[in-house]
Amino acid sequence: MRNRGAKVLADTELKVVSKRLPKVDGKSIVRGEARYTKDFVPEGALFAKIVRSPYAHARIKKIDAAEALAVSGVELVLTHEDVPRIPYTTAGQNYPEPSPYDTFMLDNKVRFVGDRVAVVVARDRLTAERAARLVRIEYETLPAVFDPEEALKEGAPVIHDEPDSEGIHDPRRNVAARILAQVGDIDEEFRRADVVSEHTYYSQYEHQTPMEPHVTYSYVDESGRLVIITATQVPFHVRRIVARVNQIPIARVRVIKPRVGGAFGVKQEIILEDLCGHIALRTGRPVLMELARDEEFYGTRPRHPMKLTCKTGVMKDGTIVANEMRVVANTGAYGSHGLTVPSNTGSKSLPLYRARGIRYVAEVAYTNLPVAGAFRGYGAPQGYFAMECHMDEVAHEIGMDALEFKRKNLIRAGDKDPIAVKLGEGKEGFERVVRTCGIEECIQLARNAVGGGGKDRRAGPGLQAGPFRRAKRGIGFALCMHGTGIPGDDIAGATIKVNEDGSFNLLVGATDLGTGSDTVLAQMAAEVLGVSLADVIVYSSDTDFTPFDVGAYASSTTYVSGTAVVRAAEKVLRRLREVAAEVTGVEVDKLAFENGTFKTPGRGSISIREVALKSFYGETKQQISETASFLNVDCPPPFGACFAEVEVDLDTGKVLVTDIASAVDVGRAINPDLAEGQIVGCLAMGIGYALTEEMLFSPEGRMLNASLLDYKIPTSLDLPELKGFIVETVEPSGPFGVKSVGEVGMDPIAPAIANAIFSATGVRLRELPFTPEKVLTSLRAAGL
Amino acid sequence: MQVKITVNGDVFVLEAPAGETLVELLRRLGFKSVKDGCYTGTCGGCTVLMNERPVASCITLAAQADGASITTLEGLADGERMHPVQEAFLEVNAPQCGFCSPGMILTAVSFLRGNSDPTREEIREAIAGNMCRCSGYVKVIDAIMLAAGKLREGGSR
Repeated sequence: MRNRGAKVLADTELKVVSKRLPKVDGKSIVRGEARYTKDFVPEGALFAKIVRSPYAHARIKKIDAAEALAVSGVELVLTHEDVPRIPYTTAGQNYPEPSPYDTFMLDNKVRFVGDRVAVVVARDRLTAERAARLVRIEYETLPAVFDPEEALKEGAPVIHDEPDSEGIHDPRRNVAARILAQVGDIDEEFRRADVVSEHTYYSQYEHQTPMEPHVTYSYVDESGRLVIITATQVPFHVRRIVARVNQIPIARVRVIKPRVGGAFGVKQEIILEDLCGHIALRTGRPVLMELARDEEFYGTRPRHPMKLTCKTGVMKDGTIVANEMRVVANTGAYGSHGLTVPSNTGSKSLPLYRARGIRYVAEVAYTNLPVAGAFRGYGAPQGYFAMECHMDEVAHEIGMDALEFKRKNLIRAGDKDPIAVKLGEGKEGFERVVRTCGIEECIQLARNAVGGGGKDRRAGPGLQAGPFRRAKRGIGFALCMHGTGIPGDDIAGATIKVNEDGSFNLLVGATDLGTGSDTVLAQMAAEVLGVSLADVIVYSSDTDFTPFDVGAYASSTTYVSGTAVVRAAEKVLRRLREVAAEVTGVEVDKLAFENGTFKTPGRGSISIREVALKSFYGETKQQISETASFLNVDCPPPFGACFAEVEVDLDTGKVLVTDIASAVDVGRAINPDLAEGQIVGCLAMGIGYALTEEMLFSPEGRMLNASLLDYKIPTSLDLPELKGFIVETVEPSGPFGVKSVGEVGMDPIAPAIANAIFSATGVRLRELPFTPEKVLTSLRAAGL
Repeated sequence: MQVKITVNGDVFVLEAPAGETLVELLRRLGFKSVKDGCYTGTCGGCTVLMNERPVASCITLAAQADGASITTLEGLADGERMHPVQEAFLEVNAPQCGFCSPGMILTAVSFLRGNSDPTREEIREAIAGNMCRCSGYVKVIDAIMLAAGKLREGGSR
């Protein structure tokens, strides 16, 4: 659903952009012809299986692979003694990565249950799995620590005691990173405030759970170069990191990303490529590595669990004067994205409300649990869960309507984001001004869509309803803003090559994960060049053949890669205009360009197709091909609002989301179908985050629910009709006015549901997810 | 054991090693649209039609498919002419990453054979065994509703 209300856009001239066109890869997908990483693997490729630690914390004393090697079909067993020892981070970030270099391809120590110990390479999966069980490993177990606050205490087991890691804030105290950012004299503001309110919230390990698990296929080509076909968000970072840890030149590595079966952040990580590439180089044979579903859960990079304390000072009239967030984040056994995710927790959420004093403090702890990493929202969903619940509580405490209270304090167009300059992506920040803000339209759309438009035609709190014998119903909401790319960091390149028939090859490093970036980038190129979408042939994410792009993360692609595409298309159009001038004998600046045709004053017109042909076979024969690059220097915020209606079963504690709507100010939607897909996809994922998704661990640190049966992502039966709305504003810094849409919709869902539960029952839940046992315990404690 | 299996109308007679699953056999034969996301029959990515009924091919032994007729997504279109369910998925942009689409589309085809005029709730029940992490099922259900209409108008398939 798309709002065409308040802001009518001057988009009547647009022919391709802003249109609901089928994805460029859609036909191959629905015909079963789309090719994903594993579909490229030839018969006879080796399979490499990782041997994983059964202990949360241990030193490896001895590895005896003789028995495994004796199995027929086993080619190789590799341990830490066989591979280069180079500290690195698995985080696929810009160089130099802001994450600590605290990881080794294989190490002599293990730091969580499931950590990599060795790898068995065999003729097929079954043989490799069988042999992996025969690798004899002698461990010296060490005391382990699972609670981040315990880990930070004096005397806790030291998880990173190796001398050669780099960039850890304080390894002896298990501190991976520490963050402090402050605006104004916040302590004075707290003293001046009429009311100071403080609450603490907890968030869980949530897993991305893409339908395609991590998979990588490597081989050495006929010229001795390493080719890695892999399900990744960051092909260029993979190339650089794999080259470095294997001590080979970047020039010797080619990374190709085919279709990817979902990613959501977990594929912004070098999970398999380092080892898989190493084995291909070592054996000269094609090698497949693919995680089993249980390994996908504990062996990858789920969302950081956090303890978040919000403290706010308000005046009697509801004006916020001081706003503080203090976080303890659990990065697990390694610090991948350990500084930047918790940075974003503050920098994405705190600017939403104006305050003279703002402070963000975070401590990031190592524990002996699975490694956290990038997950859609990148720290912001944790921050918004805490802050949007907390602001609801503050409003309640000062006797004000929550919507009125939040509206009164919201950031508006024209405001500077005060925290951006203090809190960047693991370094100093940047000037950020809000130029477009559609949050009011988001509020109205989402509010009107849920439970009878705020008037609540069906019920107030307390009515029996739905399938439950004794239930309470209520509506809650949450607001958010997010970012678009990483200023000063994101760069993207695009090349456009002219063909004789007026078709164009668009080559982009940008990485389509199923998001539809190939399609929207082609739509933008087609719009500039005045041709149809079918005339633009997209090829993306091949480090040999496409220009550099940092990859698909930070909600950057449409904005950052899109700008590079528009620039390349404009350069190509200039060159074609010169050809048109030459052919028609009219001066370049006298030519008008409309609907794919150059028009002369008085000498007729010539289509871009004819010009393309003439560029090859006319007077001046040439291949027109242009490359453009874009460095992102801004971070325009998309805004969002979610309204949710829930029924809480008083007998079992089950929470049913009966109605939910999310509206997002995306800038302009290049392809509304695909933008809506992101918004409702976030809604589903957010409901899972709020109600059912949680990685559970035994007291020894072993994950208890590492399967799709026991880790509950929503199925079609677990969701109501999800209502997603696009609100369009035209962002002046974005190509065609775009901001972003990939992550923002994740931010407000869990707090909207928490606030709905409160409005239904008067019971405040501060710990995700809201499972029936937790809800029932709270209901009983409140005497319900 | 030796297995005789019909896939998308072609007959294959081949040796299936003990323990080989149907998904492994089909992918070995080149039917790469069949996706294996969990190997436990949970995600639905490996759904194929076996004698017209949807099965999870990752928990079906190749031996169990001996003598059976299998349809994979590759076999659904009639040359260039796509099945109405495929057309509908394309038209409403139902697939995002597309990894669940083969199983989802085949489940929908089978479901619509038994229910030509479904409600959205009935569709929800029909696809409950096909997990999708991208879409929230919104456009998937839109597509199946649209396909039902196409099938009612178009008749036979």
